[in-house]
Amino acid sequence: MNIADQKRLLREMLFARRFEERCYEAYVERKIGGFLHLYPGQEACVHGVMEAARPGHDYVITGYRDHVHAIKCGTDPKAVMAELYGKESGCSRGRGGSMHIFDVEHRFMGGYALVGGPFPLAVGMAKAIKLKGGDEISICFLGDAANNQGTFHESLNMAAIWELPVLFVCENNLYGIGTRIDRSTSIQDQHKRACAYGIPSAVADGQDVEAVVEAAQVAVDHVRSGKGPYFLELKTYRYRGHSMSDAGAYRTKEEQQAWGERDPVLLLRDRLIAAGEMDEATYRALDQAILREIEEEIIPYCEAAADPKVEELTRYVLAENDPYVRGEAP
Amino acid sequence: MAEMMYWEAIRRAHDEEMSRDPLVICMGEDIGIAGGTYKATQGLYDKFGPERVIDTPISENSFTGLGIGASFLGVRPIIEIMSVNFAWLATDQIFNSAAKVRYMSGGQLEAPVVIRSPGGSAHQLGAQHSARMEKVFMGIAGLRVVTPSNPRQAYGLLKSAVRCNDPVFIYEHELMYNMKGEVPDEELFHPLEGSEVVRSGRDITLFGYNISVHWALQAAEILSRQHGIEAEVVDLYTLSPLDREGIRASVSRTHRALIAEEAEPAVGVGSEVMAIINETCFFELDAPPLRVSSANVPQPYAHNLEKAAIPNAQDIVRAVVQSFGR
Repeated sequence: MNIADQKRLLREMLFARRFEERCYEAYVERKIGGFLHLYPGQEACVHGVMEAARPGHDYVITGYRDHVHAIKCGTDPKAVMAELYGKESGCSRGRGGSMHIFDVEHRFMGGYALVGGPFPLAVGMAKAIKLKGGDEISICFLGDAANNQGTFHESLNMAAIWELPVLFVCENNLYGIGTRIDRSTSIQDQHKRACAYGIPSAVADGQDVEAVVEAAQVAVDHVRSGKGPYFLELKTYRYRGHSMSDAGAYRTKEEQQAWGERDPVLLLRDRLIAAGEMDEATYRALDQAILREIEEEIIPYCEAAADPKVEELTRYVLAENDPYVRGEAP
Repeated sequence: MAEMMYWEAIRRAHDEEMSRDPLVICMGEDIGIAGGTYKATQGLYDKFGPERVIDTPISENSFTGLGIGASFLGVRPIIEIMSVNFAWLATDQIFNSAAKVRYMSGGQLEAPVVIRSPGGSAHQLGAQHSARMEKVFMGIAGLRVVTPSNPRQAYGLLKSAVRCNDPVFIYEHELMYNMKGEVPDEELFHPLEGSEVVRSGRDITLFGYNISVHWALQAAEILSRQHGIEAEVVDLYTLSPLDREGIRASVSRTHRALIAEEAEPAVGVGSEVMAIINETCFFELDAPPLRVSSANVPQPYAHNLEKAAIPNAQDIVRAVVQSFGR
């Protein structure tokens, strides 16, 4: 990867980190309600995979830890934060919330809050792509714990028998809510499970964005070339609890510290510094600029944005004015 | 006007819609090479090929979810779930994905899928193959539920459901696939909302849907012939949203009501129609509304027990005659 791309990725990942940390603060200030699942620690996963794929062209779907996935696909961070604030200008018009970020224009097909629910939806999008003959691929980002749902097995099986263009990305952060993977899952290397369905797979260091890009390029090329599904496991770690209601007390300090030493943002920063492409002062300036953007542009925008209209409470339940509901012939 | 069977009417709707639009596909267990358990997709595999007529693994939740995901990108899947008992397994994807995606995306995404599935008691199929689940589906916002009582509706409702932009659940009945009826030669797009007065009468309204429309019609004949009671029969072919205005209008004419349903009584079509009557025309009533439902049991196997569990026309007649004090 060239230096310019590395610097851009560093900015994007640092932005994602600061954005999520600001969500935390807004939640504590009660500006954000509901459940909030944050991404710090896992930034290299979506950034690395989507660097190899085509954001805005390929269809992406994920679970409830979804803010950063949308932003990487091209969603305006203001629209994501406004959604968390429950505003009409939120990317889901304030009807979705943190767990249901949607941006169909950028082919971010949504965050879904039933663990494992997106597997069949991703395979279905791949079926549609194949039927329509496009060169897009369907990418499904989920955590390791989703692989213990029946939909994992059912969906991988169908993706394989019909050779559908779908990439399954498993962000293995070692915990399903608060239960460590070795207590919930008989096979801890998730990529090994794909072989049960004859799906090629690989594993990469999910903390090192360059390693992710490299592994994802192989995966994306495989799927886009019409060879069928692929399964990519990324070993990673989330710094915070599963959601805001969970402080992550089930993990040892030593474990958290060990992962913190391999922080995806700092790994890339240090690599650039070691190569003489960046110095501490430049990095701090970048960080300050990001913090200013969030504080001076995004937050004031959300504070000032309008709430959804109560008169529109029942809009978007069903299609509006559909002639076939009335049985009108075309 | 041709006479055809219920399954033939469903098959015709598939064939026409798939011939018209290459993005209409159908999928389900044994629907392709085998032509479907109830023959509703017979011959389509040879005509449209395996990419569009898909024999699925026995994975109801995920193949339904697959259809829903495909619909996000403009494909129009007609999903057959072999028995409504198996549709329980797919309720996660139907309720959590199809029914909610328009709303939770703020109107950006829609899931124009059709899910067809037969329920009901057939011939001693036992507890896990005889369930009626319409009560569950009709309670979910964002999902349309229709239920054809004859071949014309089976054809026309499926035609409209395929083209409608909402997810539509079509509740069929295992005992009705061989029922004959007239279907127009020209294309028919049946409304997905409403109800139909299938027999006029002034003394009481008998509400039915799907198979219970036929029990109500038989009961109306007996009531007229033997008891001098003229019953109006209303076919509730739409279970969600129920036709509030149609229900109100009929009860306002007859001042009495009975709802016939094959399902167990609790939290069902009968209780919901009674609530609508209460809300819209309570003061028009001459007597408390009645319902005739199945016994509150998992469906038994033994022939005599099964027969005793399921209501029929005689049960409707008895309830009506009693309420008239005759």
